[in-house]
Amino acid sequence: MGDYILLAVGAILVNNILLIQYLGNCPFLGTSKSMDNATGMAMAVVFVLALAGIVTWIFEAVFLKPLGLEYMRTIVFIVVIAALVQFVEIFMKKSMPALYAGLGIFLPLITTNCAVMGVCLINIKEEYNFMEMLISSIAYPAGFGLALILFAGLRERIIIGRVPGPLQDVSIALVTAGFMSLSFLGFKGMI
Amino acid sequence: MIEALLLMMGLGAVSGLLLGIASKVFYVWEDPRIALVTDCLAGANCGGCGYTGCGACAGAIVSGKADVGACIVAGADGAAKVAAVLGMEAGAAETLTSENTCTGGFRAPEKFSYMGVNDCRAAYLLYAGAKDCDVGCLGFGSCVKACLFDALKIGPDGYPVVDVEKCVGCGACEKACPKGIMQVRKPSDRILHMNLVTDRLAPCRQTCPAEINIPKYINHIKNKEYDKAYLTIMERNPFPLSCGRVCPHPCEDACRRALADDPVSINQLKRFCSDWVFDEGAQVKIPVAPDTGYKVAIVGGGPSGLTAAFYLRRLGHKVKIFEWLPKLGGMIYYGIPQYRLPKENLYQDIDRILGLGGIEVKTGVKFGVDFNLESLVGGGFDAVLMTIGAMNHASARIPDEDKVKGVVPATVFLRKQGLGDPYPIGKNVAVIGGGNVAMDCLRSSIRLGAENVYCLYRREVKDMPANKVEVEACHHEGIQFIPLCTPKKFVSDDEGNLTGIEYIKNELGEPDASGRRSPVAIEGSETVLPIDNFVLAIGQTTNSAFADEEGTASSRLDTNRGSIVNDTDTHQTTIPYVFTSGDCAGPPGLLVAAVGAGRRAARGIHKYLMGEDMALPPTRLRVDSRRMKGHIPGTIFESIEGVQQKGRIAQPELEPGSYERNHTYAEVDLTVTEEEALKEANRCMQCCLTCYNPDI
Repeated sequence: MGDYILLAVGAILVNNILLIQYLGNCPFLGTSKSMDNATGMAMAVVFVLALAGIVTWIFEAVFLKPLGLEYMRTIVFIVVIAALVQFVEIFMKKSMPALYAGLGIFLPLITTNCAVMGVCLINIKEEYNFMEMLISSIAYPAGFGLALILFAGLRERIIIGRVPGPLQDVSIALVTAGFMSLSFLGFKGMI
Repeated sequence: MIEALLLMMGLGAVSGLLLGIASKVFYVWEDPRIALVTDCLAGANCGGCGYTGCGACAGAIVSGKADVGACIVAGADGAAKVAAVLGMEAGAAETLTSENTCTGGFRAPEKFSYMGVNDCRAAYLLYAGAKDCDVGCLGFGSCVKACLFDALKIGPDGYPVVDVEKCVGCGACEKACPKGIMQVRKPSDRILHMNLVTDRLAPCRQTCPAEINIPKYINHIKNKEYDKAYLTIMERNPFPLSCGRVCPHPCEDACRRALADDPVSINQLKRFCSDWVFDEGAQVKIPVAPDTGYKVAIVGGGPSGLTAAFYLRRLGHKVKIFEWLPKLGGMIYYGIPQYRLPKENLYQDIDRILGLGGIEVKTGVKFGVDFNLESLVGGGFDAVLMTIGAMNHASARIPDEDKVKGVVPATVFLRKQGLGDPYPIGKNVAVIGGGNVAMDCLRSSIRLGAENVYCLYRREVKDMPANKVEVEACHHEGIQFIPLCTPKKFVSDDEGNLTGIEYIKNELGEPDASGRRSPVAIEGSETVLPIDNFVLAIGQTTNSAFADEEGTASSRLDTNRGSIVNDTDTHQTTIPYVFTSGDCAGPPGLLVAAVGAGRRAARGIHKYLMGEDMALPPTRLRVDSRRMKGHIPGTIFESIEGVQQKGRIAQPELEPGSYERNHTYAEVDLTVTEEEALKEANRCMQCCLTCYNPDI
């Protein structure tokens, strides 16, 4: 049990997918201008990654490993995740219209996003068992959401501040992200 | 190698099959137009329209919740394509523009000195900003920063100025402003807006029964943008030439400048800029909303009906006007004589209204005789507006007033004059009444050749409800006033022709409900005044006899002393699809009040047709312009400072006593010169709720 908690804390804080591993930076900058968008994106990433993690882990176990096709992993995962997200979108539109209205526009944006892809590959590389894979597939996107929402809060305040012309918008956002990343490095000593 | 190929092919096939099946199994019916509209949008999923992505925006457009021009990125071209998909006329989309509603800026006093972050939202967090005025602009330009199109800048006076050419109406400034000062509106939104207590309104603008944005048009005149001034007036009043001539301008009574010297001559400025537009033949473009497919019948082509027709058409409805007299214009055509309102000027206004297109006119048909509510509903009209005016005269309660030859009601007297067949009068004429209609009859009689014209009134001359300028003009034209008298009986010869009127003198007693002292007869003071004609001008009533006919739809209309009963906010009558405004909906009043009521009725009908909430917001501003009550608290001052004494411009008029003045119908009051108009416009202090521009 302790290992699982350690894994979760490690995934959320210590090895934060955005601020430490620098994966998924496009939605991090693109959807962090307002808190509403950031929350929607965070939920969508948790949702998609939990599904993608399970499906790719099973795919690895059932097809790639027995057939000795591990070298095909990246391309196979891209196809699998893309098809999965498309399928989920179609399914959600019919069966869960309320959820679709909330997450609708974010789903196509994160199809085979590098954070999604990255976590699926980490799951295999670290040779997680099913339970560990499940925790990692939820904890990593939770870390993503945490960083995104914190960042959106900062950016909403930065817009009000007096920012010198050349640094406005994305520039100051990247500087801020750098400082956030530095502060997250402080968690390194935890484990 | 083979396994890898097989795996990829298998994976591809399975994924494709799965998605194919899923799209059939989980198929959601969607309006096919949504896909077509989506293709016309920018496809950037930017969310600038306020919807989650282009698909959602397209859905909103198709369902009518969003405007065809909702996609800012696709711009006007995109809007035209969307309009084409939806079967609307291309280019019919109304443009959204941003407008700054606060003109305070640097001149507005501050409660404290704010030293924080230069941002309106940050400043607003501290006691709602430093400005003394609750609704004033803070001036840090959050809206300017929010504008992606460089259409906004903080002007020299410390408040934002919109560059209308660059503004795309995206609404970013409106969202950024913590005080709701930036408002992004379509022309039709502005037509539907009624003055609210929460608006930023100068005292004159609060008082005007038609709610014209007076400081704005005067500012345009100041900048020599006379056509823009005209268009500003047209947003509230489609009769600027006529109103500019005959309006008794209650707005000027509320003018803040009057506390220092004289009120600004607002009405002369209105007349000047409107005359300029027609004299110079300036091209003005009046926006019209896309067609809604609804048809409205307007019964009566008077000022209220024509105003309603103008605004209903601009809101996108088709209109047909039914008028029983040969000419449109109602009381202002037939009731107001040429020397006050030349017919050609009135018709310039009316032609501008009809020039919108989509307004049909049928004259020579009378409601209750040639057609009725059943035939209008049968004719495919979705709503009916009754603006039949008050064409019957009130009785003076003098015996035989309808039998003696030579006694004529003012309505008939003036209408015959308007029809070009004046009522024949003798040398001595008396008119009873003290209102503007009485003044019109008096001044017309002089022009028709009467030598002695008398005005009989039961109170004193100063109590007359007529405009002061009218009473003054009567004095100039040699009319004799006989105040404090009540006609008792007619004196006639053997053939029944009027030869004189016997009246009794009054003295003033105790004040009555209206606050005026009521006249009391002095016994034994009977006097006979020799006259040939007697005009009854003591009030008018509505002929609503059709509402008494059992078994007709009209019988469901409630009437009160002839007037058709309505809700004074929505103008709806007891029949949901029938509305009424103008003189027939209450005591007859001013042209400008009929115009204001016409726009309110148009709003009521629009809300009714579109199935929207018809009630006005509880914050509706209700000003009684006659008693000068009901203004926004704190906006009517006792005194003002920092104003130099600069008297107002005079009213140019035809020389009193001249041949033209007394014997022709030439217009008496003239338009001011451009130089004078600019001088007067510069006297305007551009007031808002509490702040104003003092003279420097």
